[in-house]
Formats: sequence, C-alpha cells, structure tokens
Amino acid sequence: MRAGDVVTSAFRNAFRSRLRTSLTVLAIFIGAFTLSLTNGLGTGINRYIDDTVASVGVDDVMTVTKADEDAPADGGPAEYDPDQIAVEGPPGATATALTDDDIDTIAGIDGVLSVEPVKNVTTDYVQHDGGDKLQLSISQFVPGMKAELASGTQVDLDAADPQVVLPESYLDPLGLGRAADAVGQTVVLAVTDGTGSQVTTEADVVGIAEPGVISMAGAVPNDTLAKTLHDLQATGAPEAETTRYAQASVWFEPAAGDEATQALQDRLADAGYTASTLEDQLGTITSVIDAIVLVLNGFAVIALVAAAIGIVNTLFMAVQERTREVGLMKAMGLSSPRVFALFSIEAVVIGLVGSALGVLAAIGVGQLVGGVAGDLLANLPGLTLIAFDPVTVAAVVLGVMAIAFLAGTLPALRAARQDPISSLRYE
Amino acid sequence: MAPPLISVHDLRKTYGSGPGAFEALKGLDLDIAQGESLAIVGRSGSGKSTLMHLLALLDRPTSGTIALDGTDTSRLSAKQLDRTRNGAFGFVFQQFFLNAQASVLDNVTLPLKIAGVPRRERTARGLAALAQLELDDKAGNRANDLSGGQKQRVVIARALINRPRVIFADEPTGNLDTATGAVVEDILFDLNRRQGINLVVVTHDEELAARCDRSLYIRDGRIARAEVAA
Repeated sequence: MRAGDVVTSAFRNAFRSRLRTSLTVLAIFIGAFTLSLTNGLGTGINRYIDDTVASVGVDDVMTVTKADEDAPADGGPAEYDPDQIAVEGPPGATATALTDDDIDTIAGIDGVLSVEPVKNVTTDYVQHDGGDKLQLSISQFVPGMKAELASGTQVDLDAADPQVVLPESYLDPLGLGRAADAVGQTVVLAVTDGTGSQVTTEADVVGIAEPGVISMAGAVPNDTLAKTLHDLQATGAPEAETTRYAQASVWFEPAAGDEATQALQDRLADAGYTASTLEDQLGTITSVIDAIVLVLNGFAVIALVAAAIGIVNTLFMAVQERTREVGLMKAMGLSSPRVFALFSIEAVVIGLVGSALGVLAAIGVGQLVGGVAGDLLANLPGLTLIAFDPVTVAAVVLGVMAIAFLAGTLPALRAARQDPISSLRYE
Repeated sequence: MAPPLISVHDLRKTYGSGPGAFEALKGLDLDIAQGESLAIVGRSGSGKSTLMHLLALLDRPTSGTIALDGTDTSRLSAKQLDRTRNGAFGFVFQQFFLNAQASVLDNVTLPLKIAGVPRRERTARGLAALAQLELDDKAGNRANDLSGGQKQRVVIARALINRPRVIFADEPTGNLDTATGAVVEDILFDLNRRQGINLVVVTHDEELAARCDRSLYIRDGRIARAEVAA
C-alpha cells in the first residue's frame, strides 16, 4: 500500500464512527485550546516586556551595586553595617552604599568605559505656574533611557539647562493643558536640603511620556537637573552622607557581544559588586512570567494526557470493530507494518484535527479577550494580552500529534499482530 | 505433463502443545495441476479449512512442505508471503467481508490498493472487473445496499482483480439461496475454464464438489478418498 493511500485511508477510517471520534476530538480540543491560551498569555506579556526594553533603547549601561556580603545564606538576621543605605524597592530594603572609593575602583576595572554614581533624589513636590503642589518621584532607571512620548522630545543628557519629561497623568492636575501645549513650559521642583528647609529649582518640560512600564515610575530628568536637585538636597548635609550612593551606572561596549558583557559582570563580581544590565533586570520579570505559564501549561498537559487515554480507548474499539477487515487485508497481503501505520496515523489524524481546532479557537478567543483587555488595561498601551507565536502554535499542534501517535501505538500494535485466520473465522 | 502448481508433501499441522495438543492434519500428500479445479470436502473439524489456510499461505505447517511453482514456501520471508498472497491468490469467503460503508468499487479494488497500484489504474481495472460480473452499474453504490448474490459477485470481482492464479473459495455458496448459488458457481467454473485460474473450493456441498475436476474427502486430518470427475 502506498504511503498516500495509507494516509487517506486513515483519514477516512478516523471518521467512520463519527460520534465516537468527535468526542475524542473534543477532549483533545480542550487540552490544545487551554495549552494555546496559556502559551499565548506568556507570549503576549513577555513580548510586551521585550518591546518595552527595546523602546528604552539603552543597551550600553549596567547598574552596579555593592554586593551584600553580610546577608547570611540561611536567611537569618544580618549584622549591622554603618555603610548600609535605604534603596528604592519594598519598604526596609537596603543596600551597602557605594563610596567615592568604590567609584574609583569600578572605573579601574577592565571593560568599564565610564562610571557615574546614581544620585538619589527625593522631590517634595512639583508645581506649575503657582498651581497645586503635586507629589512627584524622579525615576532614573538607567541614564539615557527613552520613554515612549506622547509629545515633545527625550531629555538631552548633555544640555546645560535642566530638562524633564513628565508622565501624561500630570497634564491636567498641573494645569498644563494638552500634551503639545505642555512642551516648553517651566515647572518648579522642590526638595528638602540637609538643614531641613525646602528649596526649589526650575526645569523645562521637553516631553510628555505615554503611560508605560518605565514612565509609570515618574518623571525623567536630564543630568543637569538630577545634579542640581542632588546638590540642593546635599547642601548642609554631612559629607559622609552626600558621597554615599545606592548604585552607580557603568557604561560598557555592547558591540563586544554577550560573552564580553558577561566577563565584565564577572570581573565586577570578583571586585565585590553586583552588576546587572537592563535586560537582566527585566529578565527577572520575564522568568517569573515563564514560571507561571509553565505551571498553567502543566494543567493543560494533564488535560491532554486524559485526552490521549481517550484516543487509546477509541482506537481499541476501532481495532475490535474492524477485526475482520484487518484480517481480510492481511490475508490479501497487507503487511503488519502497514496495518500498524494505518491505525497509528488514524490516531495522529484525531490529534491533528483536535489540536488544529483548539489552536484556532484559542486564537479567536485571544482576539476577543485582547479587545476587552485593551479597555481594561488602557494604561498599558501596546499590550496584547494573548499573543500567538507561529513557532509555539506549530509546536502545540506537533506536540499533540506526537502524544496522539504514542497513544495510538498500543491499539495499532494489537491490530498489526492480529492473525488473519482467527480474524476471519466465523462461528 | 506440466509440473504441478502446488505440491504438498507430508503436511502436518498441530494446534497447541503437550497433552492438549490437537493434530488437525496428520500427513497429507497432494499435487494440484495447473488449471485444475479442486474441491476439499469434509465435515466441520475434519481439517479441510486448516488445509486451505496452509495452501493459501495464511498459516505455516508444523512440518512438511508446500511448494508453489517448485519453490519451497517455508523459505519465503513474511514480505514475500504477503506479496505472493496479494499477487497470485484470490479469496472468496462464505461471509462476504465487504466494507459496508465503502463503495462497491473501493471494495473491489482493495487488493490493488494493498499492492500499491495508482488510483487511476485501480479505478480502470476495478470497473473492468465489475463489468465482467455485470455489476458496473453498481460501482458507486455502497456495498451494504446490494443483495446477497450481488455481494458475492462483488467478492468474486475483488478476488479476480489482481489476475490471480488460484482462487480459494471457502463455502462460496453457503450463504446464498439455490438459484443465486448456482449463478455464482457458474461464474467460478467459467473463470476456471476460460482463464485457466485454479479453483480450490472448500465445501460440504457434494453437488458443488462434483462439478470440480477432483474432490478430496478429508476425515480426521487425512485424505479419506479422492474422486476424479468423469
């Protein structure tokens, strides 16, 4: 029998008992549908994070902190360290501060192009034209990062004038009007200095950031503004306080490749520092999402295994029903391997139909959910909650077909081993 | 005289082993000449079906040899046996073993499909075989919609389609009324006479046996007597 004939016969045989096959296909459908949906969720969210990283556009900076050597490995209480400093993050989070000596050490490490301490700035409020005073946090994720702009331009890092990019949500409360009108206006920023008195400085609004992962963190200053605010804040503070930094930014050569970057990170680690690129930092989020998706996929796979047992059952019935037909074909010279192929391909057909329908339904549902989620998660523009990667979709279909094949081997073996004489006996 | 098509020597077949063993055939010698029609007659349990299965290469003997065209069939591989059954033999059973849902044409061309003949040629040869049995107007019908006599003619068309040298018929008229049975018998003997296809008919119908060139009466796994038609 030709391979083509085997496949067409298997296709036809699969739907000879329509109701039975349809129910088995339904079981496969549910598993494949769930698996596609959970995969799609992971793909959608991870793709959004990747896009965010790409839009930030900083690939030559890594953030360096001092490795916390005091933290005991067993999670017990750590010893007091006078150099410890509060950092951004959950309340109570601390890091060992970097001093000017550390900055010099880092600058001397091979592969570091330049190093700049990140000056931690806490603003009291932002005000425009004598209006309401609003709280504002200064986010300086990575110097040179690009926020997604609704209007205006990115801050000019080298500009002598203080510049700032404000989140879109500040437009109305500050009385700045529309995004286009806000560009070029001046806002007042206030900080508390070392002596406890409040001082203010002015900055030009050069851009308005669209809501997104980065700009949700706050306003983006340029170097001049960051330095001005830091200096104001440091006035009257003890020097030991002003020369301690939570972290530093290190510029490196990204063109040297991932290995060179890793080597630099290793050298920094040897010197007692922890260095992470933006990719590393967002990679943590990605791996958490991957882990969640993996667990969800686990449930989908359990559904598929149950469906595979359905295939075994269906095919055993089919082999039973077609005992005489198989016996006749073997009497007429059909070889046992061909009989095996006939039944195992029938199983693959059931898997193919079920998984193809499941994937298509998942894509359809993904579109629907995407529309609804777009309204619910309006402050995360560009997020497709459920996205489909052709490779993953193909992997789901092929994987289900492979499971179906494995499920079909048992009944197919029984059919292949049938003895034509006893199959054709009639009493 | 031409060498025999099938030559059987000291054929034995035992089912099971130990004290429960059953000796179905106890040493048979038999030559079947080219173009001969042979009836194997006996009661149920006599070993006649076992003999046919061995002759049709559906089963292997416990001992003894079956030579086909002078070749010892015990030396053939499973693949060669499959090919021989597909190419040289046709089968007609008492029960029709038709695929009820498939078309008459698909049923008839099944041996060609197994042989790997392309679809176009299968259809042409299938229609020719059906025309030979005056069934070409039924080619598109489902096998289930035919009468018993028509079904048995479809089975004969299926047995004929690969231009076999031997047709093995196991109680070919057992399920048919006398009139239709006679028509089917006429068709089979006509094929034997005109196309020189050997017939091996297993039956307990002595009238049918009498129409064959030779009748072998099997009893308890041995040839009890042989009758040659006048």
